[in-house]
Amino acid sequence: MAYQSDGMVEKSGASRWISHAIMILGVLFIFFPIWLAFVASTVTQADIVRPPMPVLPGPHFWENYKAALFSGVNVPVSVMLGNSLIMALGIAIGKIAISLLSAFAIVYFKFPGRKFFFWAIFITLMLPVEVRIVPTFEVVAGFGMLNTYQGLILPLIASATATFLFRQFFLTIPDELAEAARVDGARPMRFFWDIVVPMSRTNIAALFVILFIYGWNQYLWPLLITTDPSMNTIVMGIKQMFPSGDDTANWPVIMATSILAMIPPVVVVISMQKLFIRGLVDSEK
Amino acid sequence: MATVDLKDIKKSFGKVDVIHGVDMEIADGEFIVIVGPSGCGKSTLLRMVAGLETITSGELLIGGKRANDTEPMDRDIAMVFQNYALYPHMTVADNMAYGLKIAGMPKDQIKAKVQEAAKLLQLDHLLDRKPRELSGGQRQRVAMGRAIVREPSVFLFDEPLSNLDAKLRVQMRLEIKDLQAKLGITSLYVTHDQVEAMTMADRMIVMNGGVAEQIGTPLDVYERPQTIFAAQFIGSPSMNLMDGRIDGGQLKVNDVSLGPVDTREGDVTVGLRPEHVFADSAGVLRLNVHQSEPLGANTLLHGTLEGKAFTASLPGVHRMPGNDRDMSLNFASENLHLFDPKTGKRI
Ligand SMILES: Nc1ncnc2c1ncn2[C@@H]1O[C@H](COP(=O)(O)OP(=O)(O)OP(=O)(O)O)[C@@H](O)[C@H]1O
Ligand SMILES: [Mg+2]
Repeated sequence: MAYQSDGMVEKSGASRWISHAIMILGVLFIFFPIWLAFVASTVTQADIVRPPMPVLPGPHFWENYKAALFSGVNVPVSVMLGNSLIMALGIAIGKIAISLLSAFAIVYFKFPGRKFFFWAIFITLMLPVEVRIVPTFEVVAGFGMLNTYQGLILPLIASATATFLFRQFFLTIPDELAEAARVDGARPMRFFWDIVVPMSRTNIAALFVILFIYGWNQYLWPLLITTDPSMNTIVMGIKQMFPSGDDTANWPVIMATSILAMIPPVVVVISMQKLFIRGLVDSEK
Repeated sequence: MATVDLKDIKKSFGKVDVIHGVDMEIADGEFIVIVGPSGCGKSTLLRMVAGLETITSGELLIGGKRANDTEPMDRDIAMVFQNYALYPHMTVADNMAYGLKIAGMPKDQIKAKVQEAAKLLQLDHLLDRKPRELSGGQRQRVAMGRAIVREPSVFLFDEPLSNLDAKLRVQMRLEIKDLQAKLGITSLYVTHDQVEAMTMADRMIVMNGGVAEQIGTPLDVYERPQTIFAAQFIGSPSMNLMDGRIDGGQLKVNDVSLGPVDTREGDVTVGLRPEHVFADSAGVLRLNVHQSEPLGANTLLHGTLEGKAFTASLPGVHRMPGNDRDMSLNFASENLHLFDPKTGKRI
């Protein structure tokens, strides 16, 4: 394999420059629209509609962000951020709690219909929210949960993916550990809290990040069931800010809202980065 | 401290019978080793005593009380597992304390007990480490510590040394035996290693195919094996077997007469341990040597005797015998073992 090391392994000279150049280009390519959005959120409406479009930030940062946060277009962005946060946290925590428990039941208890329930859960993998959206809407409306947090959260909580992942992880926990806990006197729920949950913590962190972003980015479902602007979530709220008819859009405020909408997921990813990456890369033995 | 009585204990997994009825009375403080080849049901028997498997039929008494349907935690036992089964996210101290914590013992008392056990096992300086930061031998000690702090009436060990290297195994073997003697706790110890069985046991159960072939002290089993299986399983190298016949009060293998015996006439299986033969030019046994293994203190000579494989273990260094490679061996008649070839039982 010696001949390969010239091009593949050795990081020197031209190849190193080229690979860096490509990566930098990629980053620029992804970041440029975000940069433009940021620039647009710091100038006035007039600056935006007059070509050429500005590429450097202007002096109206505080003004635009204050307008977005506290008055917005239809409803203050702070309210929408709060709604999104409640929904994303509710979905992430709810999904993790329910899938931990159901995976625990499926792996550690022999109850009649165990196989059936596992496959029933598994099959729902094939039915994402969008597919079952009409009947789900019927049910939620029937329970009078339109324009409520429960309505936003509950239908998205049941999670085959997370249950499946936890099941796979629990299967790697040696049986001897459960037996040792049994001899030590731990009843099943004690074993769950003292042994299973702490051992799953890197998996939980990784899933939390993924599910938080999943919840945060929900668009179709909140759009359907929230008609009251004060229940809007931020991702759908941005769309609602576009005026209908001939009104002009308030671009600086819309762009400030977009930037604000990105902050919580970024904070979650960065603050859980260490655990998150550990969870994805290796499972602790 | 407790006695353990097994009364015709049987186990089936579905239609498969795994344990065919084991009977034994274990005295308080006794060290019992369950030994046998892989798959013979040693672990299953131990796990029934632990309460991790249900008992299909028969009766288990711990401390004189029926324990068949008692939960493991209420049997007053502690178990050391083959892979140690330490809780990976807890420190050594927490691992040892977990059982006591569940039992609701006050914190300072737990701490004192853990300290005491740690000292006994020379783990004091490791109490804050996680199991993955320990060597195999240290993990083994933590597993022991976890069992000790609970001061159970019965210790159960399932091949606790099989993951250690040979040298450490010898050391831990002595430590466990020492500790058990010091604490005086009734112990059941599963192993497939006959050396562990011989050196550690007060009494041993030799298991084969779900049947207890023999229960007795190590010397008992060595000197008076009750079945061909027990005879061959205990002792290293294992006992030589020859097809013999008793004819007119004379024991014969082919045409070689091994002397008079006073038992029933007919076919017998003759057993003779490798270490119970000695070189003697007047001996009746003629060993055709194929190979010699000098071990230093003694030499193993492998070959054939009356057409069957035979091994002799002679003290000191022996070179291969001369051209024809034949060698004369003798034995003391009290070292002959006779078995019924049909039932495998001692005659
Ligand atoms: N849960 C089970 N279901 C069905 N058969 C089982 C089960 N557990 C064990 N057995 C069978 O019971 C027999 C005895 O198993 P056991 O684990 O007691 O053997 P062992 O003597 O401990 O062997 P080893 O030395 O390899 O650990 C084996 O033939 C095994 O296949
Ligand atoms: Mg076993």
